Amino acid sequence: MTTHRLSIPLQEDDVRQLRISDVVYLDGTVHTGRALVYEHVLQGQNQPLLDLANESNVQMHGAPAGVEDAPGEYRLSSIQATASFRYWKYVPDYVERFGIRAIIGKGGMDKWVYEDVFAKTGTVFLTTVGYGIAALYGRAVKRVIDVHWKEELGLPEAMWVLDVENFGPFIVDGDCTGASLAAEHVDSVNKNFAREYAKLPEYVLKRIGEIDHSLANEVIVGKPAGDGD
Amino acid sequence: MTDTTGGLGSVLSPVAGGGIPETLLEEAAYEAHRLAATTLPDDVKRAFVGMRDREQEELPKRVLEAIVDNFHAAEDDQRPVCADVGVPRIYAVIGNETAIAGGFVSFERAVRRATGRITSDLALRSNRCHPITRRNPGNNVGVFAPNIEYRVEPDADYIEICAVHKGGAFGTDFRMLVDGDGLPGIRKAVLDAIAEFGRRGLTCPPVVIGVGLGGTKDQSFSIAKQAAQLRPIGDRHPDPDVAALEDELLEMANSLGIGAMGYVGTAGYATDVHVEIAYTHSALTPMGVHQLCQATRRGVVRVHMDGRTETRPTPSWFSDYSRRMGVE
Ligand code: SF4
Repeated sequence: MTTHRLSIPLQEDDVRQLRISDVVYLDGTVHTGRALVYEHVLQGQNQPLLDLANESNVQMHGAPAGVEDAPGEYRLSSIQATASFRYWKYVPDYVERFGIRAIIGKGGMDKWVYEDVFAKTGTVFLTTVGYGIAALYGRAVKRVIDVHWKEELGLPEAMWVLDVENFGPFIVDGDCTGASLAAEHVDSVNKNFAREYAKLPEYVLKRIGEIDHSLANEVIVGKPAGDGD
Repeated sequence: MTDTTGGLGSVLSPVAGGGIPETLLEEAAYEAHRLAATTLPDDVKRAFVGMRDREQEELPKRVLEAIVDNFHAAEDDQRPVCADVGVPRIYAVIGNETAIAGGFVSFERAVRRATGRITSDLALRSNRCHPITRRNPGNNVGVFAPNIEYRVEPDADYIEICAVHKGGAFGTDFRMLVDGDGLPGIRKAVLDAIAEFGRRGLTCPPVVIGVGLGGTKDQSFSIAKQAAQLRPIGDRHPDPDVAALEDELLEMANSLGIGAMGYVGTAGYATDVHVEIAYTHSALTPMGVHQLCQATRRGVVRVHMDGRTETRPTPSWFSDYSRRMGVE
């Protein structure tokens, strides 16, 4: 559990030395994106308005708490991340195309993303802490540099480009060896759930509500079929 | 429970015979939103500090340290505790002896205006958007938004406004139990909800787990949310059978080895479990589960008929009257 302070653009060596559960603080330019940004860029073929690989190779899955006070003048109060594993459709492509070295998000991504993609591209997954210690992260945002595509995507979903200083703490959830911190912890608590489940009988009926669960069935979808290697 | 007089001095003025004026209600709703966004309730703060001190695993201990640092930063800087303000909403307790100068329409207008103002003043995220077009008016106000739930309290001359900000897609579940499922079915459904969302920390633990038992499907969901959001940590239901279930479920939730953020930990997953019941169909027990994240945000302001306003540590949503039974 080593603590690192790194400057953006992150270098490949910076990133490859990181290991799960290390703590990271960042300085430089971070940009945000959720599904609408990914679709705008990857499906809509819109070129990002800055050179991501050289200026902002860290993307945060999040929509800040922020407003536009006057045209082009933004005020950001807090920022945290949203559940990242739901972006598995976009992340591999985006990371490869734009030379992204770190994704900041929540909940990690499924292990195959780390093993198959991040190990190759030299990218890590940094999880926000808490997950939502958004006031502390908001403090570290020195300036909103710009908000791209706010007309098309709406203010929260637009790509916010942020100047950050000592932005953190983040915990390395997925490193370039393909290890996943969250997956390790899920594995360790599963036996405790199994113990509790063993004390309880089956439901009388299978399902007439919404909850339908087995331990094998995590919320994240896992590796898509047909992506063989 | 100690009351603290609120910081609304500038708008304090005795109410004329016509009832509470709209401006006073607007300032009270604004203050309730401000507290919800920036200031965790004292019972929640105490619970997190206690957990931080007790936690023996390094990773969740660090997380709890950060959670404590964060609620201090939010309060000091007046920033939202979490950037996901959810869909800001209001629970209102209406005293039966209360009059509003402009009637209830005036109250609802005040709430909508306060919600728009706080969104821009604190730079809250404007989450509320059209569910199909995703058009976002930018002020957290729209169709059925903010939603206001009311309940009436006898022999009271105030309106109590409780604002709740809760983000996140994870943690809310439903199960229709049948008569044969009994208590083990209830336990199992809570375990299911934790297995689904507690692992990987998707609920942002430590959480308060609210369980709504009975009523109708929609009612079970509503009371589960209210149980999590509107009762202080440590509170027990007055019905001893319900209170015993609360204790038992809390013990189960904290026996799973899940700590803050879902990491393996010793200090526990939940700060409390609150169960609310509603009498239900004899064949069924609809059951809602709501897991309220570490950004446990509520702000409570009471406005009295004489113009006094006070902030309160916890809402009085649940009372002997609201849980009454029998024919009156
Ligand atoms: S669930 Fe987590 S990210 Fe969402 S509002 Fe709560 S603390 Fe913030």
